[in-house]
Amino acid sequence: MTPDRRGPAATPGLDGEVTEALLRLGRHLRRGETSADLRTIIEVGGREADAFYRDRWSHDKVVRSTHGVNCTGSCSWKVYVKDDIITWEAQQTDYPSVGPDRPEYEPRGCPRGAAFSWYTYSPTRVRYPYVRGVLLQMFRTAKREAGGDPVEAWSLVADNPKRRAAYVSARGKGGFVRASWREAIEIAAAAHVHTIRRWGPDRIAGFSPIPAMSMVSHAVGARFISLIGGVMLSFYDWFADLPVASPQVFGDQTDVPESADWWDAGYLIMWGANLPVTRTPDAHWMAEARYRGQKVIAVSPDYADNVKFADEWLHAQPGTDGALAMAMGHVILNEFFVQRETPYFTGYVKRYTDLPFLIKLDERDGYFVPRKFLTAADLGSESEGAAFKTVLLDAATDEPFVPNGSLGFRFGQQGEGRWNLDLEGRDPLLTLAGGGAEAVPVRLVRFDTPDGTGRVLRRGVPARQVAGHLVTTVFDLLLANYGVRREGLPGDWPSGYDDPNHPYTPAWQEAITSVPAAAAARIAREFADNAARTRGRSMIVMGAGTNHWFHSDLIYRSFLALLTLTGCQGVNGGGWAHYVGQEKVRPLTGWTQLAFGLDWSRPPRQMVSTPFFYLATDQWRYDALDPGILAAPGEAERLDASSTADLIARSARMGWMPSYPTFDRNPIELVEEAEARDEDPIAYTVGALRDGKLRFACEDPDAPENWPRVLTVWRSNLLGSSGKGNEYFLRHLIGGDSAIRDEEVPADRRPREVTWREPAPIGKLDLLLSLDFRMTSTTLFSDVILPAATWYEKHDLSSTDMHPFVHAFSPAIPPPWQTRTDFDWFQLLARAFSDMARVHLGKRRDLVAGALMHDSPDELSVPGGAARDWKRGQCEPIPGVTMPRLTVVERDYETVAERMTALGPLLDRLGATTKGTTFDLTAAVTQLKMKNGVIRGGAGDGRPSLLEDVHACEAILALSGTTNGSLAVQGFRDLERRTGMRLADLAEEREGDHITFADTQARPMPVLTSPEWSGSESGGRRYSPFVINVERLKPWHTLTGRQHHYLDHDWMAAFGEQMPVFRPPLNMSLLFGEPQLGSVTELGVTLRYLTPHSKWSIHSEYQDNLLMLTLSRGGPTIWISPADAAKAGIADNDWIEAVNRNGVVVARAIVSHRMPQGTAYMYHVQERVVDVPVAETSRKRGGIHNSLTRLAIKPTHLIGGYAQLSFAFNYLGPTGNQRDEVTIIRRRSQEVTY
Amino acid sequence: MQVMAQVAMVMNLDKCIGCHTCSVTCKQAWTNRTGVEYVWFNNVETRPGQGYPRRYEDQERWRGGWELGRRGRLRLKAGGRVRKLLTIFSNPLMPNISDYYEPWTYDYENLMTAGPQQTTPVARPRSLLSGKDIRISWSSNWDDSLGGGPELTRQDPVLERVSEEVRLEFEKAFMFYLPRICEHCLNPSCAASCPSGAIYKRTEDGIVLVDQDRCRGWRMCVTGCPYKKVYFNHRTGKAEKCMFCYPRVEVGMPTVCAETCVGRLRYIGVVLYDPERVLGAASTPDPKDLYRAQREVFLDPYDPEVQGAAERAGIPPDWIEAAQASPVWSLIQRFEVALPLHPEYRTLPMVWYVPPLSPVVDVLRDTGHDAEDAGNLFGAIDALRIPIGYLAELFTAGDPGPVRGALQRLAAMRSYMRAVNLGDPPDPSIPAAVGMDERDVQDMYRLLALAKYDERYVIPAAHAEAGERLDELACTLDYEGGPGMGGWGPFGEGSGGVTPVAVETFHALKDRQRTGAFVDPADGRRRVNLLNWDGRGEAGELLPQDGDAEG
Repeated sequence: MTPDRRGPAATPGLDGEVTEALLRLGRHLRRGETSADLRTIIEVGGREADAFYRDRWSHDKVVRSTHGVNCTGSCSWKVYVKDDIITWEAQQTDYPSVGPDRPEYEPRGCPRGAAFSWYTYSPTRVRYPYVRGVLLQMFRTAKREAGGDPVEAWSLVADNPKRRAAYVSARGKGGFVRASWREAIEIAAAAHVHTIRRWGPDRIAGFSPIPAMSMVSHAVGARFISLIGGVMLSFYDWFADLPVASPQVFGDQTDVPESADWWDAGYLIMWGANLPVTRTPDAHWMAEARYRGQKVIAVSPDYADNVKFADEWLHAQPGTDGALAMAMGHVILNEFFVQRETPYFTGYVKRYTDLPFLIKLDERDGYFVPRKFLTAADLGSESEGAAFKTVLLDAATDEPFVPNGSLGFRFGQQGEGRWNLDLEGRDPLLTLAGGGAEAVPVRLVRFDTPDGTGRVLRRGVPARQVAGHLVTTVFDLLLANYGVRREGLPGDWPSGYDDPNHPYTPAWQEAITSVPAAAAARIAREFADNAARTRGRSMIVMGAGTNHWFHSDLIYRSFLALLTLTGCQGVNGGGWAHYVGQEKVRPLTGWTQLAFGLDWSRPPRQMVSTPFFYLATDQWRYDALDPGILAAPGEAERLDASSTADLIARSARMGWMPSYPTFDRNPIELVEEAEARDEDPIAYTVGALRDGKLRFACEDPDAPENWPRVLTVWRSNLLGSSGKGNEYFLRHLIGGDSAIRDEEVPADRRPREVTWREPAPIGKLDLLLSLDFRMTSTTLFSDVILPAATWYEKHDLSSTDMHPFVHAFSPAIPPPWQTRTDFDWFQLLARAFSDMARVHLGKRRDLVAGALMHDSPDELSVPGGAARDWKRGQCEPIPGVTMPRLTVVERDYETVAERMTALGPLLDRLGATTKGTTFDLTAAVTQLKMKNGVIRGGAGDGRPSLLEDVHACEAILALSGTTNGSLAVQGFRDLERRTGMRLADLAEEREGDHITFADTQARPMPVLTSPEWSGSESGGRRYSPFVINVERLKPWHTLTGRQHHYLDHDWMAAFGEQMPVFRPPLNMSLLFGEPQLGSVTELGVTLRYLTPHSKWSIHSEYQDNLLMLTLSRGGPTIWISPADAAKAGIADNDWIEAVNRNGVVVARAIVSHRMPQGTAYMYHVQERVVDVPVAETSRKRGGIHNSLTRLAIKPTHLIGGYAQLSFAFNYLGPTGNQRDEVTIIRRRSQEVTY
Repeated sequence: MQVMAQVAMVMNLDKCIGCHTCSVTCKQAWTNRTGVEYVWFNNVETRPGQGYPRRYEDQERWRGGWELGRRGRLRLKAGGRVRKLLTIFSNPLMPNISDYYEPWTYDYENLMTAGPQQTTPVARPRSLLSGKDIRISWSSNWDDSLGGGPELTRQDPVLERVSEEVRLEFEKAFMFYLPRICEHCLNPSCAASCPSGAIYKRTEDGIVLVDQDRCRGWRMCVTGCPYKKVYFNHRTGKAEKCMFCYPRVEVGMPTVCAETCVGRLRYIGVVLYDPERVLGAASTPDPKDLYRAQREVFLDPYDPEVQGAAERAGIPPDWIEAAQASPVWSLIQRFEVALPLHPEYRTLPMVWYVPPLSPVVDVLRDTGHDAEDAGNLFGAIDALRIPIGYLAELFTAGDPGPVRGALQRLAAMRSYMRAVNLGDPPDPSIPAAVGMDERDVQDMYRLLALAKYDERYVIPAAHAEAGERLDELACTLDYEGGPGMGGWGPFGEGSGGVTPVAVETFHALKDRQRTGAFVDPADGRRRVNLLNWDGRGEAGELLPQDGDAEG
C-alpha cells in the first residue's frame, strides 16, 4: 500500500460530503447509535435477529466421553446433546492440575477427535447387520437342508467346495443385504462351533488393538475368544510400533514418560516423531518447554510440521538415523568417558547398566570373538540360578564378584531379598585397561556396505583371565565397537572425527545421512553436556519415522545407548520417550484378567501376528530373502536356514515364539487320541512330535487343516490399515481380487523344512466377521457385519502413556438403529454359541502349547541363550524348556456365556501376576461382589457380576494397583520381599484410594504408583519410567538386572548384533529386483516409499471423515518433491500410479518443496473407500497405502526363551515393519474411471 | 476522553501447531449446515501460502478495507457509498466459490448398498452445489504444510511484496500457521460497506455482528472486509460471520476456537479504548505508523483518569478489573510482543498475533554458535528461517522494527530461562538488553509458557441487568414462521425470518436418525445438513428456491 504523504486531514473524516449526508439520513432510520464520525453503528440491545446463534448454542446436556481405539491421546471430551441428538463435541478442560509451576493438560484433543461426531449420523454409518447376499441365501437353504440346525448348516456351506467358492470369491464386491441381528449372530456362532468341532479352537482368531483406548470393548471380545480357546492376535509388534529394543535393553515394553515430563527436560531431540501431527494434544508441552530454555532438535527427512519448533533441523536421509546416533555415541564415549571422565555418567553406568559386566572371549582364527556373559557358574558356583548370575570385577580387590540383582536372583528361594541393584559398597571396574590386562584383537562386524552385508572389523580390547576364561568388560567392547581409540590397542581405528572410512565417526555418518559431521558432533556434545549439568535431563522423543524399519531395533539401541551412557533413564525430564502405537493400560492387572478370561482358565492363546499373517496370507511364498544374507560373516552356515519360514517354524518348536494354529491336528482331538490310548496327553504329544507323526501347523501352513478359519475383527480395520501386504491378504486369506505383481519364489530358494503345496490356497478364511460403526476396507470384505455403537454410545475406560489419568466413556445417546456396543454383541454371540455348543460340543479337553514366558522362570530354561533345536537332534524335546509349554485346559463350551458374565474363581485361588509381581485379589473380589452384585445360578453362581459394561469397568479398576491403593501397597510388599528394598511407601500415601467408575465419569482421575509400572507418581511427581529402578534399586527385568548394551544370545551373535551397530535399510533392488532408488525410466521415477501418520486421519479418526477430507485434499494423495515430480512429468494434483512388485496405488500427487528428493510419502491408512479410481495397471480398485508393502521378518525378533528375550503378548515379537520399501511413480491418464 | 471496552484476542503463532482443531470445533458448532458449507468462521492457513479464500490479501484485486483519499480522508478502498449504491446489484469485487472452494461430499451410501459387482465399491466425490461428480481441485486448506509448493506458494500475495529474495527450496523451507477469525475491528470496513446498515458493533464488548433481520444480502460487506471474514449464506441470502461466540463470551466462557486450542496459544481479554481516537489513528498517513497509532487508541486500565471515564461511560467495575488483568493488554502493551494483522488495511483489527520465533538458518548453526546464547540469539534474529521481512509485511505494513523487537523479547525470555532451567543464576543483563526487567520476563514467561486457563481467558460476564441483551431468548421452536407456527410465511425463506440453525440441524439429524433410509424422499423440506449429506438427491435443492415453502 502506498502511504499518503500529504499528511493527516485537519479533521479526520470519511470520503465525501455526499456520502456523509446519505449516511446521516440512512442512519437516522436505525435504532442504534451511529458513531460521531459515521464509521460504524454501535448498538445496544434489541437483537432478536441474532437469536439463532444463541439458540444453536443451547443444549440439553453435556456428556463426558472419548475416542476409543487407535489413538494415543486418551483425551476427555464434552459431547453436546440436544433432544437426544448428538450435535458436536469439544474438549474437557477439567484435568487435575499437574502443578503450579508448569502448563496443564487442558485442553487435550485434536481436529480428528473434534470431527468424530460426524460419524454418528453419517451415511457411512453401519446401522443394521449385513451379510453378503450370496452367503445369506446359501445359509438359509442349508439350514432347511439341515433340519434347522445352524451348525450343520454352516458345515453344509463352508465344507462344500462349490458353495464355499461362491461366497469367498464374492468378498469385497458389494452385494450386502440386511439381515436380522438374530440371523447374523446365528451364522457367526455356528461358524465358531463348527470350526472348534472340525478344525480346533486354535483355528479361530480375534483381532482388536490398543486395549488402553477402550479397555472393556477390547476385553469383552478377547474374553470370548479366550474362553473358547481361540487365539488373540497381537497388535503392537504387528503394527511395527513395538520397539524390539525395549525388551532387549530394558526387559520391559514401552514404559515411557507422560508428556508433562517433557517440560522437565533441558534438551529434547524429536527423532522421527512429528509431534504436532502424531501427538497433537501433547505438542504444546514441547512448544512451551522451549520458553523455559529447553533446546529442541528435530531429526526428520522432510520439513515436517514439528521442524518449525526446533532450534536445529537435521535432515538425515530416511532410515539412516542409526548412523547419526552411532556417531553421536562415538563422540560421547570419546569426550565424556575416554578423554575425560564424567563422574555422573561413570557412576550411573556402573550401577544401572551392563557396561562393567564381564564377557567371555573365545578364540577363532587368530582373533577373539565376544561371546557370553561370565556367570557365577563359570566361577564354579552351583548355587540356584548360577548360570544366570553375571559377574563384575571389584576395583578394590581386583577379584570377581557376583553382585545382587541379576536374573539368577529373581525366582528361586535363595534369591529372596537379593534381587536388587545394591552393590553393597563395592565399586566395579568399568574397564580392564591398565592393571595388567593384555591387549587382544577382537573380531567385530560392520554392515555399512551398499548391499548391507557384513564385513569384519578388527579392533582390540584389554582382556584378562578370570577363572580360566579370557574376559573383558562390555564397556571395553563398546568402545571398540564404536571405534573410540585408546592407546596401545591393536586394530583398525579411525584417525579422528574427520575420518570418513571407519565407523562410527561424525565424518563417516555424513556420507550416509548427509548430516554435516560438525553438526552431529556438536549435537552429541550439547546433549551429553546438558545431561551432565542436569543429572540426566536430556530426552529423545522417538517416533515411527525411526521405528518402522527392518532394522529399527538397532536404530533404537543406538538411541538408547545415548541415554544410558549419559544417565538419562529413570530421571524426570530424561530418557526415551517412545510414543508409537502401544498405549498404557494403566489398570493393567484388572484388564488382563478380564480380557484373557484368566479368572476361569489359564493359559490363554496369544499369538504374534506378524508370523501369523506372514504364513496365513502366504507372503512367505513370495519372500526370496535368504536370512543368511543378514548374518555376520561366517555365521550363515552355522545358522543353517534358507528361508524365514524355516526360522519361524524353528522358533515355534523351540518354544521361543507362540504358534497358532499349533499342530496339524485339532488339539481337542489330540487329547482324545491320547486318552483313547490311555496316555498322558502331554507325553503323547511330545512323543508324536518326536516321531514325526505330529507336526507343527507352521511347518505346513497351506494344508487346509492348518488354515485359520474364523477371524473376528473389532475396533479395527485390519484390511485398510495395518495389513502389510494388503494384496496378499486379499488373495490368499480373503479370496478377493488382488493386484499382486510378484511371482512365487523359484523351487531352489524355497524353505527346506516348511512344506510347499501347489497351488497356493485362495481364500483360507471360512468366515470374516467384523464389528464396526462405519464402512471400512475391512467391512467391505467381511462376510458378516455387526453394527457397532460409537464411542459416544457406551460405557468404557481410557488411559494412555501420555498422561497419568484414567477416565470414562459414557453414552451421550443410546446406540441408535440396530447398533449395539461391542460388549452386547459379544454377549449375544456367547449366548448363541453356548446354546449350539450344548448340542455340538459340550465339555472338551484342549491342549494348549504356549511359548516360554517373560517374567517367569521360563526365562532360565537355556543358559547363555543357546539355540538348540530338538528336531535337528541338538537336544531333547522337553515341554517348557526346549519346546513350548504344554497344558491341558478344560473347556466347558456350554457355559461360555455364563463365564463371560461372571468373574471366575481362579482369581481367588491364584491371584493375578503382572510382570512377576503377584497380587492377592481376595479382598478386591469381595468388594466387587458388593459393588456389582453377584450372579445367581449357572457356572458363575455367587461370583461378582460382569453382566453390564459398567460392571466390567468396575472390575478393571478394582483389580489393578494403579486404581486400587490397597492392591498397590500389597503388590509392593510382595516386591519388597524379593528385592529387600523399601517400596511400599510409594503407594502408602494413597492406600485408601479406590477409583470407581463414577469417579472417572466425574473427572479424569490420576492413577496411583503401582508395581505394575516402573515410574512413580508419589508426591504428585510426573511419571517417568524406571524411576523406581534408579531410586529404589529395583532391577530391570533383564539378565544382568541392568540396562543392556550387550546381548549374548546365540542368534544375536550370528547376526552380528550383540552391540548396537548401523545397518542400512534393506536394499530392495539387490534383494528383490526393484529398480534403483532415484532411477528414471519410462515406467516412472523410483522413490523410497514411506507411510507416516497422517494429519487428517490418525489416530482418533479415519480417512473417510468429510470434515477432514474437506480440510485436506479430499482423497488419497502421495507427496513428492518438485525435482522428482519434474523427472516424471507430474504436476501438483495430477493423478498418479505408484507400482511395485506388491501392488498398485492410484492417488493424486502433492508436489512440495517440503519433501526431500528421492522420497515419497503416502500417509498412513488411505483406504479404498473414498475417491479411489480403477488402476490402469491392474484394472482393479486402486489399492491402499499397504498395497505396496509386504512383510519382511527380521530373524532376531524370533528369539525367545532366554532372560529378557522371552515372549510376552505385545512385549516381544517380530515386527511388521514397512519402511524399507520403494515404489515407481508415474503420471497416469488424467481420465479416471470408478 | 471516551471509553469503550472491547473483548479482543491474541494468538501466539510461535505455539501454533497447525492442527486445525479450532477450525473443526468452530465449524461443528456454527457453520455445519446448508448454505454455509464452504464457510469457516475460523480457518488456519499455512504461510507462506495463498490463504482462504485464495489470495484474499491481494487488495489491488479485491479492494477490501480502507485507504486514504484526497485530503487524507479515509475512504473505503472499494469505493464510497455512492458507488456502492450505484453498483448494488452487480458487485464484481467478490470472490466466487472457486476462490473459496466448491464444497463436496461422497457417495458413501454406495459402500453399503452396491449390488454384486466386479470391483470393490467406492464412494465417489460429488459437488455439494451441483450434485454432480467432481474432480476435487481446491479446498479451504489446499496448500496445507506447503502442499503444492513452490508453484502455489509463490502466489502468496505477501510473499510477492517481500523485498528480499525468498527461495522456496528444501534446504531453506520455512512455514508457520496463521489461524484467523473475524478481527472485530475498531474501524470495521464491513459495517461501513453495508448499504442496509445491518452490521453493527456491540457497545459493551465491541463484537461485530450482522443483523440477520436487516441484512438484505447485498454482499458489500464481503467486499469491504479485507480479511474476507464475512461470508454469504447462499441459502438464506444473508451475510454471516464469526460472532466471537457471544453466547459463550457473555457468560464468561472463551470462544469455542480459543477453548479448544490444543496449542494453548489463544488469549482473550478486555481492552479499553477511546472511540474518539479511532478515526484519527486509522487515518495515520504512513501505514508503517498504524501499529503505533492503534496502540495509542488503547487506554491504560490502571490510569485513574481512564477508570473514572470508564465508570462514567457505564462500564461496570468488574470489566475495568478484567481490563487490568487482561492478557491481551499485557501482550500488546506491556510486553509488546503482539502485533496486528495487516494494519495497513486501516480497520484497526482486534485479533493480534505474537510472531513465530523460528529457528535460525543453517548458516549460523554451522558457525558452531549455540543458539541459546543470548548474544548470538539477538544477532540471529535477522537470520531466522522465516524472513523477518515476511513477518513485517503481515504485521507491521513492512516495518521490520516492531517484529524484530518482539522476536528479541521472546528470544531473551528463552535465554534467561535457560539458566533457571539448569539451576544456574539467571542473568539480568539479558532482559535489560531488550528493554525489560527480570520481573517483566518472569511475568511474560508465566503468561506464555504456563498459560493457565484462567490467565489465558479473562472474560467478564455480560451484565444482564444492564439492558435488553437477553430479550431474544425464546422457545426455540416457536419463533415466527417456525415449524411450530406453520411454515415459512408468504414470501419464502429469503424474505422473512430464518430458521434458527440449531432447529434446522436438529430436525435434519432427527429425521435422519429415525428413518432407515439415507434420505427420506418424502422430506418435503429437502433441507439437508451438508456435512451429513449422503449423495442422495439433487444438491441443487440445497440452494434457496422460491416456493420451497413446505414446512
